[in-house]
Amino acid sequence: MTTRRQFIHGAAGLGTSLLTGGMPVSWAALPGEARFLLVILRGGLDGLAAFPPYGDPDFAAARGGLALPAPGRPGGAIRLDGRHGMHPSLAPLSEFYEREEMLVLPAVAGPQRTRSHFDAQEVLENGLSHANKGMEGWLNRALGHLQSGPDRLGLAIGYDVPLVLWGGVPVASWAPARLPPSDATLLDKVERLYARDALFAKALKEGRTAKKMAGKVMDGSMKKGRGNLRSPGRFAALAAAAGRFLAEPAGTRIAVLEMGGWDTHANQGVSEGRLARNLAPLADGLVQCRSQLGPAWNHTVIAVVTEFGRTVRMNGTRGTDHGTAGAAFLLGGAVAGGRVAGGWPGLSPEKLYKGRDLAPVIDMRAVFAGILHEHLGVSRGKLRQSVFPAADSPVNPSEGFIRT
Amino acid sequence: MTSVDAFIAANRFGLGPRLGGLSGIAHDPRGWLLRQLGTADGTAPHLAGLPSAKSVLAEFIKVRRDPVARMKFNKEKGNPLYIREAMQRTAGAIETDTPFRERLVRFWSNHFTVSIMKGPVRKFAGAYEREAIRPHVTGRFEDLLLAVVRHPAMLMYLDNVVSIGPNSKLGRRRNRGLNENLSREILELYTLGVDGGYKQADIIALARMLTGWTVAGRRQSDPGAFVFLAPRHEPGPKTFLDRRFSEDGENEAEEALRMLARHPATARFIATKLARHFITDDPPDTAVRALERRYLDTGGDLREVFRALVMLEEPWRDPLAKVKTGEELVISAMRLVGPPKKKKQILSALRLLGQMPFGAPSPAGWPDVAAAWIGPESLIRRIELMELLAKRSASSADPRGLADQALAAVARQSTIAAIGRAESRREALALLLASPEFQRR
Repeated sequence: MTTRRQFIHGAAGLGTSLLTGGMPVSWAALPGEARFLLVILRGGLDGLAAFPPYGDPDFAAARGGLALPAPGRPGGAIRLDGRHGMHPSLAPLSEFYEREEMLVLPAVAGPQRTRSHFDAQEVLENGLSHANKGMEGWLNRALGHLQSGPDRLGLAIGYDVPLVLWGGVPVASWAPARLPPSDATLLDKVERLYARDALFAKALKEGRTAKKMAGKVMDGSMKKGRGNLRSPGRFAALAAAAGRFLAEPAGTRIAVLEMGGWDTHANQGVSEGRLARNLAPLADGLVQCRSQLGPAWNHTVIAVVTEFGRTVRMNGTRGTDHGTAGAAFLLGGAVAGGRVAGGWPGLSPEKLYKGRDLAPVIDMRAVFAGILHEHLGVSRGKLRQSVFPAADSPVNPSEGFIRT
Repeated sequence: MTSVDAFIAANRFGLGPRLGGLSGIAHDPRGWLLRQLGTADGTAPHLAGLPSAKSVLAEFIKVRRDPVARMKFNKEKGNPLYIREAMQRTAGAIETDTPFRERLVRFWSNHFTVSIMKGPVRKFAGAYEREAIRPHVTGRFEDLLLAVVRHPAMLMYLDNVVSIGPNSKLGRRRNRGLNENLSREILELYTLGVDGGYKQADIIALARMLTGWTVAGRRQSDPGAFVFLAPRHEPGPKTFLDRRFSEDGENEAEEALRMLARHPATARFIATKLARHFITDDPPDTAVRALERRYLDTGGDLREVFRALVMLEEPWRDPLAKVKTGEELVISAMRLVGPPKKKKQILSALRLLGQMPFGAPSPAGWPDVAAAWIGPESLIRRIELMELLAKRSASSADPRGLADQALAAVARQSTIAAIGRAESRREALALLLASPEFQRR
């Protein structure tokens, strides 16, 4: 486990070696064309609502009043593979599925069995076998194995950098600006004040680099914003911005975006209602991201993930409680899609995890490792030794999710 | 080293020095803190005239079933009320003469988060803090916990108002059932902590005991107030943390909460969070154990735990160990250079740093570690905002004098030199506010 102290020291060392001058060190360091966007849905997306297994004989009975009707019925699911469908609010995504650019994984979970949001989110991001209040995320460790120059940092879209990007490798973050920028003279002076404060020095250098990057990429339309950037209403604009950043030929290759509002304990609705009102902007944002990506879409993988699924049965308040396995999906021109993959455990009572939750068939880390290996070229050895290093729970990268 | 102690008392324990600096604290920093535990809440006068949660709710209940009237209520009453609460609370923190006490209010308010991220909470989040948190801040944890869980804001935020015992009279008639949200967060976030040794069955047992704890509606005698409704309560005995609770209505959950407040895992959990807030992100075990022991010895008497905290050695070692959150930065800057002339700008400053009052992203509250606050984007925003506050500051104080007062013996030579060499008063003030010594506590 990286302690806070190591975190700061590590950051200080890398900050000086990678960021000197703020210009690309050399074009020889160009990474490939491959791009990766991680979208974290915080709160626990109900996978059985987003991708209802209407063809599973136990689905209707187990879900009761929350079961989405089968395809063809009013408010019914969109047909995917005959067993699984897709929520009607995700309809804009069906063109991706039809073009074989969308892969649905209906029963994924992290390695730790926990129904705590906070532990589950930590494990989703730390890449270990359990939550440990550590200060390092798997995507930051992976960045260390990707060739990158200062203009192509891992990028967090939002005010804060999420845990998955915390660590020794410099990263950038971007949010729509609302203040006149400080002038360079003042920032130069502030930078000198931070010389002996590793945390502040690193963040300021990264921030200034990100601003330069954003100045090149963003036009005025992207610069307005206020309030909570994780709220569903903000997602589409931020997803479009992510697409714009990733489209830049010499720009960032790895980005992370978050969206909240998925903790549907009460009145989550079926084809309409609270959950549907979250799914619609999610789909809209992903479509906007795709159009900003332009031709870079062919080299892109977007992974949309959440910390856990929700209970199979409806709770007493027409919602669902924290569960275990949930759905994830991959989108992009580089995805070997058009299918529902990873296996399906079934919903008969004896198949449920602890009699209440969908059982996991695939480890979330294996999905990430598969993308890092097949799409971004991180070796199996590095994945196992450094990116997902849990000795008590080694990772086997999933194969075949990426077009080769 | 008295002036370092005064810096720590004013910043780590308080909310930053006001104009005039550390002079009132310097002769006895610990005494200044301890006195605040025994005196009246110095922020309370700034909160005068704000309505009770009950009165707001009683009015809301009348319109809630009519979508048009409800929208009108939220727009004309609910939202302006939130803005007023947020503004008065922040102005109160900027003006208060009991800043240690105020920090404690915020610590507990964050521990027991209710968030406006859930829309309906907006209109009484402020009342919740005033009614459930503030009066118990130096009392017993047990009383604080009970006040919090009984408050309508909490019962609504974590869905207990819709949780119904499946075998209760109402549950059988309406085919409704349990919602385990409040129960889970009580165990995970408020008392035992996630590693505190409870199981899913305990979550369900506590959720059952909590059924019936709700808010009185139109048909009850005191609309908008806490009420126990027996027809919703799950009948029968419950086994919770290996202890059998026989059927006893409202008393079941009350007894369970009292038991949780006295639990050793709770003492450990609270002690760790306090040490993290007042010492360092990764606090030393010695300090955690000392606070834990004091908690257990006094039956969770918070005043005694805070006294022990002030008298520990660990908080007085590294004056810059903690990073200010966005809100702490805004409040401390405005305490030093004065609030902006336009009151609205107080809230827009908080909004810019992504930390609106009662706006935590989840029931876990705002994070309390540096890495969560100092990222590339957030740090640039902090600097830009400090520049703006420097520009707007009406104070005519000499920045070098202010730096002396605010940073005292903690100031680095390079910071003092940069402030002295600045091109303008405004730039000097911006550098002071952006310096690591001011951004940390």
